[in-house]
Amino acid sequence: MLLGNEAIARGAVEAGVAFASTYPGTPSSEISLNLFQMSKESDLYFEYSTNEKVALEVAAGAANSGLRTFCMMKHVGLNVAADPLMTLAYVGVTGGMVILSADDPSMFSSQNEQDNRYYAKFGNLPMLEPSSVPEAKDMIQYAFDLSEQLNQPVLFRTTTRINHSNTYVTFGDIKERKTRGRFIREPGRCVTVPAVSRQLHVKVLEKMDKAKEISETSPLNTVEGSGRLGIITNGVSYYYARDAVKDLGLEARILRIGFSNPLPEQKIKDFLAGCDKVLIIEEGEPFMEEAVKAFAQEEGIMITISGKSKALFSRLYEYDPAMVREKTAAFFNIPYTPTTKIDTTNIPPIPMRPPNLCSGCSHRATFYEVQQAAKGMDIICPNDIGCYTLGFLPPLSTGDFVICMGSSVSTSCGFSKATDQKVISFIGDSTFFHSGITGLVNAVFNNHNFTLVILENGITAMTGHQPHPAADMEQFGFSGYGRVNIEALVRAIGVQHVSVIKPFKVRKSIDTIKEALSFKGVSVVISQEPCMLYAKSIKILNARPFRVTDKCKDHKDCINSIACPSFYIEDGRVKIDADTCVGCALCAQICPENAITPIKK
Amino acid sequence: METTRLIIVAVGGQGNLLASKVLGEAALISGVPVRMSEIHGMAQRGGVVESAIVFGDAESSIISDNEADILLGFEPAETLRAINRANKNTIVITNTAMPPPFTVAIGKGVYPPIDTIKTLLQEKCKSLVAIDAMKIAREAGTPMSVNIVLLGALVQSGRLGFTKETMMEAIKRRTKKDFLPMNIKAFEMGFEAAKASKG
Repeated sequence: MLLGNEAIARGAVEAGVAFASTYPGTPSSEISLNLFQMSKESDLYFEYSTNEKVALEVAAGAANSGLRTFCMMKHVGLNVAADPLMTLAYVGVTGGMVILSADDPSMFSSQNEQDNRYYAKFGNLPMLEPSSVPEAKDMIQYAFDLSEQLNQPVLFRTTTRINHSNTYVTFGDIKERKTRGRFIREPGRCVTVPAVSRQLHVKVLEKMDKAKEISETSPLNTVEGSGRLGIITNGVSYYYARDAVKDLGLEARILRIGFSNPLPEQKIKDFLAGCDKVLIIEEGEPFMEEAVKAFAQEEGIMITISGKSKALFSRLYEYDPAMVREKTAAFFNIPYTPTTKIDTTNIPPIPMRPPNLCSGCSHRATFYEVQQAAKGMDIICPNDIGCYTLGFLPPLSTGDFVICMGSSVSTSCGFSKATDQKVISFIGDSTFFHSGITGLVNAVFNNHNFTLVILENGITAMTGHQPHPAADMEQFGFSGYGRVNIEALVRAIGVQHVSVIKPFKVRKSIDTIKEALSFKGVSVVISQEPCMLYAKSIKILNARPFRVTDKCKDHKDCINSIACPSFYIEDGRVKIDADTCVGCALCAQICPENAITPIKK
Repeated sequence: METTRLIIVAVGGQGNLLASKVLGEAALISGVPVRMSEIHGMAQRGGVVESAIVFGDAESSIISDNEADILLGFEPAETLRAINRANKNTIVITNTAMPPPFTVAIGKGVYPPIDTIKTLLQEKCKSLVAIDAMKIAREAGTPMSVNIVLLGALVQSGRLGFTKETMMEAIKRRTKKDFLPMNIKAFEMGFEAAKASKG
C-alpha cells in the first residue's frame, strides 16, 4: 500500500534515477521526502534547492552530464522554473530527465489552479499523465526511456488525487544507477546565443514531430469498449468515466490519453471517424477539447464534440464520480436518477474549524508584537507563503496581500512608493531564500521605505519540515552541509537598520520593532525562534504548560488578542489545556494581572 | 465484487490516517481491491481530515456527495457536518466525545447539543452507532487509541465484511509494537460497545 507520491519516488528509483532536485510544495512534497531519505542510504544524489528555478538548473546540469535526473515541484513552482524550462527544451539533455508538475485542481493547498499541461505545449516538451497510483510508478520508467529516446526533458503531470491516493503497488526491479557522468562540450547545442538558438528551434520542432510518431503508437494512449458513442479522457477522470460507463450500462468507446503532448493526432482522428457523438472529460482547461475539435474540422467530421460548457463540465475544481456519471448520462441521453440528497435544512449551523497557528507558534507572538508596536499607525502588511499566511485571520489580522512566494518583499516596494501608509511585510526564512532576497536587494538599491520582518524558525514548516539554507543540518543528524546566516546576508545586502528579536520576550521585542518602524528606509527585523512542532519532534523542546490562576479578573485579553488554541472557556472562565500548552509564555506576558503562571511539577 | 464506500472524518491528530492504513491492510489480507484518498489541508493546525476509502470493484478513488455507504466520524459535529456525504441508506458510526472547535472553546460559536446531533443522524440515515470512543480508549490504556476503538465499532457493523481476526492481524501489522496490547484491547472494547449501543 503506497501513497501516490511514494509510488512515484519508487518508480523513479526503479527507473535508475541517479540525481534528483526539488523545492518542496504540496501536493508533491512526499516524493522528495522519500528520495531524500533514500539518498541518505544509497548513492542516489538528492538535494533541496533554494527554489524551483535553481532546482531545474541544477537538474539540467546533471541531465547534460548523462545522468538520469528527476526534478519535482508543485504546479506554481513551474512558473518559477519557467525561464530555464523554455530554453532547456531547445538544448535538450544527454541523460533521461523527468520534470514532475503536481497540479492541484480544487486548490486544496494552493493559491491557484492553473493547468500546467499548457507548459508542455508552450515549451515543446513531451508530456505524460497517469490515471492511477500504480500507473504513475510504471509511467515514470516510460518517461525516462522516452526522454533518452528524444534527448528531451519530459513533463510528468499529476494531480492531487494521484499524489494523495493510496493503493496497492507491486514493486518492480531496481535498475542499476549510473551516478557519475561526463559533460561533453557541444557549444552548437549548449550555448544559446541567437545563431545557435535559431537552429535549435528547428531541431526542437523536429523532436516534437518524432515525439508525435511515438505518441501515435504509445501504449499509454488506449482505446477500449465498443459502439459509436465516444469518450476521450485523461488522468483520474479516466476511472470516473469507466465507472460511469459501467454504472449506466452504456455502450461506449473510451480513448484514454496518457501521452498528452503531442497528442496522437491520427489516433484521435480515427477514433472520431468511428463515433456519432464524443464527450471529452478532462479536469481544468479544455486542453484536449480544443485540439480534438480542430482535428475534427481538418477531417470534415461533423459530429457533436463537447466537454466544457454550461450544461456539461466546468473549468473549475476537480471532478468526482457522480458528477461524471450525471454529465455522461445527460450528454448521451441515458435515463439516470442521482442518489437522493439528504435534506439538510434542519441541520443547525456547525461551528467551523478554521486552521490556526499551533499552540506555542512563535509567529503568533511576532504578529502580536508588530500590531502592538504599530498601534495608531495606518499600516499595510504584505504577507507571504507559509504557515504564517494564517496571520491574516482574526484576532491577529495581519496579512493584507499575498500572491506568490517572495511577493511580500517586492510588493512592499510598490506599496511604499505608491502610498503614504507604513508598510510592514512578513516572510518566512525558507521563502526568503526562495525568492525574497532579490526583492530586498531591489529595496536597498531603489531606497524604498518599509520594514520587513523575517520569521526565522529554522525550517520549511508548512510543507512538512524540510531543511533550508539556514537550517542547522547537524541538528537533523546530517553532516556535510553549509549554512547561510540570514542576519549576515541581510547586512551584506546593505540594509541600514537590522535588528534581531526573540519573539517570546514580548516587551523587548515590541521596543525593538518600534525602533525599526521609525527608521526611514529599509529596515529588517529578524524574529528567531525554532518551529515549535519541529523542536518538539526532535526533542529540543520540553513542554512546560501554564495555567490560569485565581488572580484572573476575566478581561479575556489573552483570548481576544492572541487566540492560542490551548485556551478554552469553562464555566465562563479562561482555562489552558495543559496537554497542548507548550509554555511559550506569550499569554503570561500579555495578562494584565499576571494571572498566568507555569504549572509547578 | 460489490463496492463499499467509506468516508472517515476526523480532526487533525485523531489518527484517522492510521485507521485508513489499517483498513487498507485488512483489505489486502482479505483480497479486496481498495483505493483511498486523503484530504488533509492543514491537519497539524486544527483542520478537518477526511479519508475516502473505496472497497471492491469501482475504480475511482474518491467518493461523491451522498454516495457513502458508511460514514465514520471521529468527532460528533464533524460527523454531522459530513452528512451531505451520506444518504438514507448510509450507516453512521460516530464518536460522541468532542474536542470542540477552537471557535467554540473560546466562546465564539455554539456547539450543537450531542443529543440533537444523534437524533439528526439517526433520522436522516439508515442506522447510527454512537459511542464515547475517548472514554473507552482511556479505559483501554491510552487516549491515543480512539481511532482503534472506532475501528472496532466499524467492524462490528459487519458492513465491510472483514472478520475480527483479519482486523486484529491488520492492526498488528500496521501499528507500533509497544501499543499492540492496548490497541487490541481498544479494538475489542470498541467492538463490544458498538454491539451494546445497538441493544
